[in-house]
Amino acid sequence: MSYPDDLAYSREHEWVRVEGSRATIGITSFAADELGDIVFVELPEVGATLTQFGTFGVVESVKAVSDLYAPVSGAIVEVNDALREAPELLNSDPFGEGWIARLELSESSELDALLDAEAYAAETA
Amino acid sequence: MTYSPHTDADRSRMLDAIGVGSVDDLFVDIPASVQAGEWQIPPPLAEQEVRAELARLAGRNRIPEVSFLGAGVYRHLVPSVVAEVIGRPEFATSYTPYQPEVSQGTLQSIYEFQSLICELTGMEVATASHYDGATATAEAALMACRLTRRHRIAVSAGVSPDTRRVLETYCSGPRIELVTVPIDLAEGGSGTTDPADAGAALGDDVACLVAAQPNFYGQLEPMQELADAAHAAGAQLVAVVEPTSLALLEPPGAYGADLVAAEGQPLGIPASFGGPYVGLMAARMASVRQMPGRLVGATRDAAGRKGYVLTLQAREQHIRREKAASNICTNQALMALAATVYLAAVGPQGLREVAELSTIQARHLAAALEAANVAERRFAGPYFAEVTMRLPDAARRHAALAERGIVAGYLAERNDPALRDTLLLSATELTTDADIERLVSALEASA
Amino acid sequence: MSVTESLPPDTSGRGAAFSGAEGGDELVIVEPLIFERSRPGRRAVRFPLASAESRERAAGQPELPASVLRSEAPRLPEVSELELLRHFNRLAHLNQAIDLNFYPLGSCTMKYNPKVNEWAARLPGLADSHPFDPEGLAQGSLELMWLLAEQLKAISGFDAVSLQPAAGAHGELTGMLMTRAFHSANGEGEQRTKVLVPDSAHGTNPATATMVGYQTVTIRSNERGGIDLEALRAALGPDVAALMITNPSTLGIFEDQIGDVVAAVKGAGAIAYMDGANLNAILGRFRPGEAGFDIMHFNLHKTFSTPHGGGGPGAGPVGVSARLEPYLPTPMPVLAAGDPAEVLANARAGRSTQGARFALDDERPDSIGKVRSCYGNFGMFVRAYTYIRSNGGAGLRTISDDAVLAANYLRVKLRDRYDVPYDRLSKHEVVFSGRRQKRSHGVTTLDIAKAILDHGIHPPTIYFPLIVEEALMVEPTETESLETLDHFIGVMREIAELAETDPAAVKRAPISTPVGRLDEAAAARRPDLRYVFPAGADDGPSTA
Repeated sequence: MSYPDDLAYSREHEWVRVEGSRATIGITSFAADELGDIVFVELPEVGATLTQFGTFGVVESVKAVSDLYAPVSGAIVEVNDALREAPELLNSDPFGEGWIARLELSESSELDALLDAEAYAAETA
Repeated sequence: MTYSPHTDADRSRMLDAIGVGSVDDLFVDIPASVQAGEWQIPPPLAEQEVRAELARLAGRNRIPEVSFLGAGVYRHLVPSVVAEVIGRPEFATSYTPYQPEVSQGTLQSIYEFQSLICELTGMEVATASHYDGATATAEAALMACRLTRRHRIAVSAGVSPDTRRVLETYCSGPRIELVTVPIDLAEGGSGTTDPADAGAALGDDVACLVAAQPNFYGQLEPMQELADAAHAAGAQLVAVVEPTSLALLEPPGAYGADLVAAEGQPLGIPASFGGPYVGLMAARMASVRQMPGRLVGATRDAAGRKGYVLTLQAREQHIRREKAASNICTNQALMALAATVYLAAVGPQGLREVAELSTIQARHLAAALEAANVAERRFAGPYFAEVTMRLPDAARRHAALAERGIVAGYLAERNDPALRDTLLLSATELTTDADIERLVSALEASA
Repeated sequence: MSVTESLPPDTSGRGAAFSGAEGGDELVIVEPLIFERSRPGRRAVRFPLASAESRERAAGQPELPASVLRSEAPRLPEVSELELLRHFNRLAHLNQAIDLNFYPLGSCTMKYNPKVNEWAARLPGLADSHPFDPEGLAQGSLELMWLLAEQLKAISGFDAVSLQPAAGAHGELTGMLMTRAFHSANGEGEQRTKVLVPDSAHGTNPATATMVGYQTVTIRSNERGGIDLEALRAALGPDVAALMITNPSTLGIFEDQIGDVVAAVKGAGAIAYMDGANLNAILGRFRPGEAGFDIMHFNLHKTFSTPHGGGGPGAGPVGVSARLEPYLPTPMPVLAAGDPAEVLANARAGRSTQGARFALDDERPDSIGKVRSCYGNFGMFVRAYTYIRSNGGAGLRTISDDAVLAANYLRVKLRDRYDVPYDRLSKHEVVFSGRRQKRSHGVTTLDIAKAILDHGIHPPTIYFPLIVEEALMVEPTETESLETLDHFIGVMREIAELAETDPAAVKRAPISTPVGRLDEAAAARRPDLRYVFPAGADDGPSTA
């Protein structure tokens, strides 16, 4: 199993895409597969501040529930409203259309605590 | 009399297959230090003997010939068709519908129940049932705390004493504080909650106001104003309603209730010394993810056939475990089915007749007692099908009538020592004119 | 919520639960919702009209003000009694049930529900007894509750029993509230904030702990399937309020270190709570109260044969040791006058006791209060008492003997085809794992369960306990014949075979049930939780 190599990964199965001072975050395909058909996402609010590895939302499938853990700290500038009507995007396109939130990175050195694609693949093998 | 089919030959075969000599060998995992000692349980009985024992106990009860007792549990007709349906083994001896392919009977009937409760209450979503009205009310209040993130609740003293005690007990767990809003209990008073008092009790840390319609004393509350008071304070209104009254009275959804709880016992369930009953809960769709209890939803199978499943299960204990909104697992499914059959059996016209008869007979009863100078209404203002009356020397006279097979309602002093010489008298569609006459003359004679 | 398209209205007048030709043709279920059968003006039950005199008398009393009246009647169904009955009878045809077929749901104890219990519960003297009748009119109800509590005490070894909780989870709530009250009374309420549960615990245990404001700490199981005693000892401390443990465990295994477990818990000042869901395994062999537990809840709808009703009603009485008795819910049925031994001896012989008087004791200053209205699910007490008297002491013991025998029989007959993660002496249930089938052929426990449906048998419990991969929990109970057990063994072996030779067939199952696998994701994503009346049907039903 290989994962997109332009992303950084947390052990809690979240990913981060850094674009300048902004970061987009979501959950990995591994997490989505473990959960099964995702039916609901409790999204954070725009303006909320996330702390690295703190919980920021909940994702529910038919048979399971999981907290979302922020892979990096920052203030949320945008959430993916499409997930309200179509939570299944997390299953079908977790790294693309299924992005969860965009935030203004507060501490880029936090990325050092995350895994690259190869290390994450090894973790989830 | 046991129900195991096994003969000694059967047991031998199983023991041989397992490879042990006796059944005792299958219990060697119980250490000697904790093995059970002798127990004092009577020997087995044959069917006729056990029937005699139960008949003995049933015979030690005296079912009154005439009763005006309500106080939260009401004597309504249980149509024959209700017992017929809930006695069906496919409904009675099946389990929670976790395998929906073979449980469509249960699942569809629960969906119908949810629909009926929504229609009756004017709300958008109803659960598959709770243990009773009191626990449904407690769960609704806790839900309001979760929705508003506040830690206090205000409860009108017009809510039944049993429900208020259960609320206290449920709130003690998460340390939620309960504030009581008084009602006007003065003689000649309204017997209801003053919205100004409610407003005073509400604050920015109060999650909800719980009020009953009709209230425990039968009086009709100003629910719209109470809803407005709650909303003005950013709190929710939890309306506790009596289901048969909803044939005539405005449904809580129309006056802005956020949550509704009710005791469903009046809907085709006998008194049965306190249970099993059925708790009803309803809410708005926006709050559905915070609702405790089971929910059934419609969907389709791969062939496009319509079917029903337990849904939004991620709210519940078997998935969310310590983060679940409630621990409820087994509820009151068969009683919910009884209520479903009842509502379909009486229909809108029948439920209206039940409500009308009940309220007419209650007013007839009050008028007859007043005309005979036996008792007077304690409160001014309209009441539904239960009326609170002052009767001198009520306790003695109530006991005297009970000896003669007449239960003259509920002695209010059982719950509130300030309400001496006060009776709650309930009437239903089963209350005949002759019953009323009999009560009036018996009370006259007991003076 | 959304409006789903209805099936075309059934104008044939058939509307049978099953229609369509047999033998290969797809079954078509045409049982509309009761609302879809409604026609304006139809009705079933009728009521008399108020007399003219009543109306006249009533007119002098306060009227219901217009402001509280409903403007439109509720749109309840309008059907004839026959249509009503046919509707529910056809729905009944869509259900599996114990009275039809084997139902080996682990942890649920799906034993036969004796019909004499139903006869008893319907006796008018019991069914029509009002909970607030003067106590003098309810001596039979009160005596029955008192006698049932006495039997449960004798069965469990506890000093006192409350019948008030309405279900097992409700009993757990009661037990944990009493735990809180106990610690508060001892000045340790603030410090004891945690409840320990094994990783094999039923979801209600941690959910209950949260409802009482406790934090749940999970203790791992050891390689034998019991609670890890060292991990337990390490977790115990002055901040622990209680251990909630199921015995036998949810793996169907007796906790053979239970004496040490209870001693460790109580030695640390915590409460030992036993989840009594699996009592069917140990009647007459192990009494939790005697073994040192402080609290246990019973499930009358499991061990004591009261019917499951499609999801209730149940009853979850709690038994407690003497030190917890003051905290039990109020009121308690008590023998207010008379000698208990005499009452019990007479009841044993089917006689009432002269001069005995039962009452409800509501003077309980240390009680946790009320966990529900009235006194509990009395109708289930009648059934459970009938069951206990029918079986008697010897019969109750035979129940566990035969339940344990049957479970071990299934274990040895299936363990070559299905993994048994903890392959040691079972009690009344055995947990298999479908991992072999999943790893080799991608056939999951879910698929196996659906394949079992096609044989007319209700599947065992699946995916519980959580510590077993692809768990399949089988509890046969003591009321199934050897032929039924052997048939089940045959079915399971056939499915195991099919999983290897034709896994796709297993994954297609079920094919012979009224509906196939349902889209649960769609049900949760776009919830449709009630019937929505078609637009234009808002003018309410006929009230002529």
